[in-house]
Order: sequence, then C-alpha cells, then structure tokens
Amino acid sequence: MAFYDKMFELLGLGSWCEQGASDGPMSMAALLAQAQGDDAADDFSLPFPSLDTLHEACSAIPQTRDMTKGAENSFLAVKDGLKFFLDPLTQPLSWILEGALYVFTTTPWWILIPLLVWSTWVATRRRGITILVASVFAFFGFIDHLDVALQTLSIIFVCTTLSVLLGVPIGVAMSRSDRAQQVMLPILDMLQTLPSFVYLIPLIFLFSVTEPKLYGIAIILYAIVPIIRLTDLGIRLVDRDVIEAADAFGMTDRQKLIGVQLPLALPNIMAGVNQTIMMSLAMVVIASLVSAPGLGVLVLRGIRNLELGVGLVAGFGIVLLAVVLDRCSKAAMQRIDATQKSR
Amino acid sequence: MNTPKIRIRNLYKIFGSHPQNMLPLVLNDGISKAELLESHRHVLGLHDINTEMQAGEISVIMGLSGSGKSTLIRHLNRLIEPTAGEILLDGRDVMALPPEDLRDLRQRAMSMVFQKFALLPHQTVLENAALALKIRGVDQATREAEAMKWLARVGLSGAEKQHPYQLSGGMQQRVGIARALTADTDVLLMDEAFSALDPLIRSDMQDLLLELQRELRKTIIFITHDLDEALKIADHLVILKDGAIVQQGNPQHILMNPADPYIEEFVGDINRARVLRAGTIARAAEPSMEIAGSVDWSDTLEAVIALAAGRTDITVQVARQGKPEGIIEMRDLLAALVPYK
Repeated sequence: MAFYDKMFELLGLGSWCEQGASDGPMSMAALLAQAQGDDAADDFSLPFPSLDTLHEACSAIPQTRDMTKGAENSFLAVKDGLKFFLDPLTQPLSWILEGALYVFTTTPWWILIPLLVWSTWVATRRRGITILVASVFAFFGFIDHLDVALQTLSIIFVCTTLSVLLGVPIGVAMSRSDRAQQVMLPILDMLQTLPSFVYLIPLIFLFSVTEPKLYGIAIILYAIVPIIRLTDLGIRLVDRDVIEAADAFGMTDRQKLIGVQLPLALPNIMAGVNQTIMMSLAMVVIASLVSAPGLGVLVLRGIRNLELGVGLVAGFGIVLLAVVLDRCSKAAMQRIDATQKSR
Repeated sequence: MNTPKIRIRNLYKIFGSHPQNMLPLVLNDGISKAELLESHRHVLGLHDINTEMQAGEISVIMGLSGSGKSTLIRHLNRLIEPTAGEILLDGRDVMALPPEDLRDLRQRAMSMVFQKFALLPHQTVLENAALALKIRGVDQATREAEAMKWLARVGLSGAEKQHPYQLSGGMQQRVGIARALTADTDVLLMDEAFSALDPLIRSDMQDLLLELQRELRKTIIFITHDLDEALKIADHLVILKDGAIVQQGNPQHILMNPADPYIEEFVGDINRARVLRAGTIARAAEPSMEIAGSVDWSDTLEAVIALAAGRTDITVQVARQGKPEGIIEMRDLLAALVPYK
C-alpha cells in the first residue's frame, strides 16, 4: 500500500487526494484491516492498482462500489426517458400476448386441439407428424398439463410471428447495404452472446414485472437473431446470374425483391424460422422468472420448492414441445423446398 | 449501308477503386495494361473500343477469356458502367439515361441471353418465358399467349408447365432464348449463350438462331470464345484481345487477311474448307477449263471440293441468286485452304 502512497506524493497529487477525503462508509476490507491491526505497512507489497487499492492511497479516487453505483444511477437517469418512449411503443405486445393467452386457454379443447392438428396437416402434409402432434396433445391433456403447454405454445406463436415480421425486413435491409450489415452484425453478435438472464435485468427496471410485454420483449430480442441473419445470408446467396438476368430485363428493386430474391432465399429464411421457434422456446422457460406463464413456471417451482417430480414432468413436456415444433417447422420447410426445388 | 443500330465510341473501362484517377494515365500517357496493374492496382478492362453494329445483323464479339468480351456486352445495357466513352443506340446516348429510362430501355429495347441460362428456378418454363412482359405489367393472358408462341417457335411446346431444373441444358437455353424473344426487343444480347452446351446441341442451337434470324432480322450481339461458332453465325466479327479490338469486319475478309500474328494464329486452327465461302475466293474471269458444275455464292468450300470429286483440272462456277458471278479454279481453292505465311 505504501508504494501507491509514495507514488501519489511523488506525482505531487497529495493535496488533491486529501481534498477527496470523505467520511463515507468504510469498505469491508478496510474494516477488517482495522480490526486486525494494520502492521503490514513496513512490508513492501505491490497489489494490483485496482480502484479500491488506489482509493486507500488517495481518497479522491472512487471505490469499486461507487462505480457500480454509478452504472446503476446512470441507468436510472435514462430510465424515465426510455420508458416514456418504450412504454406506449411496446404496449400492443402486451395486448397481443394477453389476447393469445386468453384465446388459447379459454377455447374449449375439443375445438382448439383439432384445429391445431388440422393446421399441422395443412402445413406439413405428413401423416406421421400429424399423428405425433395429436398424440402429444392427448398426452398433455391426460396428465393435466394441457393448459400450461398451450400457454407456452401461445407465447411462442406470438413471439415467433413478431420476430419474423420484424426480422425479415431487417434482414432484407442488411442484405441491401453493406453498411447496414456492418452496423447490425455486432448488435446481433451481442444479442446472441448475452446470457439470457442479463436481458431481464434492464427490462425489469423498465417495465413492470406483471406486464406480459416484459417477457415478450426478452423472448423476441433473443429469438429474432437467427431470422435476421439467415434472411440476410439467404438473399446474399441468391445466384448472381439470376440477379443479373433480373437487372437485364429491367426489373425494379421491388419486383426483384418479391419476385426473385425472397423466393430464392426462402429455404434459408425457413431455416431461420425454425431456429427462431427453438430459441423462443428456450427463452420462454427462462422468462418464467419474470412471470411468463406456462411450463417454465412448473420447472421453476420444481427448482424453488425442490418438487422434483413437478420439475421433471414439466421439463419433459418442454422437450416434447420442442420436438413437435421442430418436426413441424422442418417438414413445412421441406415442403416449400420440394415445390420450388431451387437447386 | 444504313445508319448503325448501335455505335460504340472511345469506350474505356477501368476496374479498381479510383478508375477516374487512372483515366488520364491511360488516355494521355498511354500506360500499358500490365503497368497499370503493376503500379496502380487497377485493371484495364476495355481499351478504346470503337465499333458499329448494324440493324438486322449478327455482330459477333470474339476473344479468349479475359479479353473483355463479357464486359463489353454488359456495357450495352449498362449492367456495367463504363469509365469513359459513348454508347449510342439509334443515336441516343445510353450513358446519359436516368435510371427510369435505363429500366425502360432494358425492358423494351434490349433483351439478353446468358451463358448459365439464369432462369428463375422457382417458376415454370412458361412463367420464365413471360418474364419480360410481366415486368412491363402486361396482363397474364396476353403475356402467356405470347410466351406460348415463342416457346413453340424454339421447339418447347408441351414443356410449359415444367420447371427449369427438369430440362436439359439445351432445352433450358431454348427457354432463355424464348424469354428474350418474348420481350420483343430490336436488340438481342447473347453472352456466350451456347458455350455451356455440348457440341452437338450447340450446333443445333446455332442453326436455330440462324433460322430465327432469317425471319426476325434482329440486331444480335453475340459473344463467344469459339472461332468456329463465330464464323458460322457472324455477319460482322469483332476480335478482342486484352480489352482492345485487334481486328473487325467481315469474317470471310478477316479469315483471308488476318491483320496481325495473333489473328493468324487464331484462324490457323480452324477447318477453312468448312468456314470459307465460295464467294470469298471466286474470281470474275472466263473459265479456261471444263466447268464441272455450279455452287451458290454462300456455299462453303467443302461443297466445291465435293463437286470437284477429286479432280484438279476443272473449274467450278459460282452463282449468286442463280446468276453466274465468278469461277473457282482448283489451285485457287488449294491456296485458300492453307493460310499463307
């Protein structure tokens, strides 16, 4: 410690350091050192010049806890402004989620289940997968988990749909300009690497935990990445010769996008949709921490109350849902591939 | 004869990050292609191209790979922007067109056939053929009737509902040609249109093109690296090397009078009996020997040799539109078969 005391003296900053001295609360380390009697002053030691170490030698330098406090304060300072814009902007998300949950939980099962099975058939035209879907729903119903499973499903439907509606145009914009791609790629990387719990921290401050949009935003932010990436990639991978032909025949940008680029990028975009569905399923479980209903709540209960059986059954249910969603989206994708057979 | 359909004047193309800065070096200092690449990291794509393409003729631009022929054809509809120069279509400067007019030109004045076909894989043959009219906003019934007509014309009746991937290469390129013809443009750009096809199919397609051209009289710009193909279909031949024109003119004339060693070497490899026309070597003189028979002005020398049936002491009469116009003696024929050094 003495090393840094001397350093500040030598630099002629002694008086500046004294100015900053305050009678703020002591750090834990300082308290302990005081209690044990500080006799290490004569020893030569060179600790890493961290904020806390430097603070001891020079009180004008803030402590580490001041730094975290500062981060919190600056976030709180912009919070109100952010909230002012984001609250009304994201309010429709709450309504949509509430609406979807309402529809999925109040429609009688003998209407809803046949409807879902029928739409599986329409999308995939595969007998095996349709039977799988029907039996999975029957299983959920049989073990009294149908309601929670449907809640999870409805959140996934809403979030995936919104992710596609937002993600495809963003992907298109990225594919059109290298500059947009340069700006977007680090953001997408960040969204993808950020641990899913960390999403929740600023969101909890911004929105009330009881609002559905809180977990809606978290899920969409997490799940929108693959659809953006794969739309961008798909359009950039479209055969350059075909694009040249489209130009040579005088297509407008719009005709080119709708008539050539999007249809030819469709296999990639569908792969993105599949990934988006899977990632929103992963996030909907974590989002149960912030009051997202569904199977995740049961898993959470299993962990919190050590109700092992509840957690296991709910976990298995999530796996079943994942398998069903994956099979359905992949089969639908293959059907599109088969009808257009691009390569 | 008449005013050219397309006229290209002093066209330069430099590839690189600052082509405009390099232009004075090329224009004023006459820097070479190799030097430009070496010391300035720019590629001289096209160097002072001047040529004319007559209406109703097939102009063939020929050169080896890297000679700039594909670059040149893409300048005509501005898929590639030139660094300097003028391209006049019917006297109108293509370079000066704003984007909407350029689009209009691509929709109505020039259509294109590609080496790799470049059909839309997710659409049927019929939809592909009708593409140009769809872009123009023609209603479905009209454009499909028109597309059907041209598909039938290129021999694809019955394949309308198929997808391109179900067709062979030759048939795909027929779709490509039908697509270009359905656009009903005066100018047809063909970028190595037959190069990806195997030889027999290629020959069929060349015949198809010549047959269509006899009827349609379009202005066709055809790119190829194959001299036999060029000689078979060209009315006007432009030979490119390293981005510059080495020789241009009537193909028969180029064959008989190669301008430099490069062209001599080029034409040295071909079967001259098959590409030289009787009219090219016919002389207007009185026959001094027995006349074995008569061939047409545009018949190849092969026909003359076949007619002579191995005899060397005879003369063959050459007629144009039934009227005798000249003669060929066998020693003229032999001299023409071997390129002189």
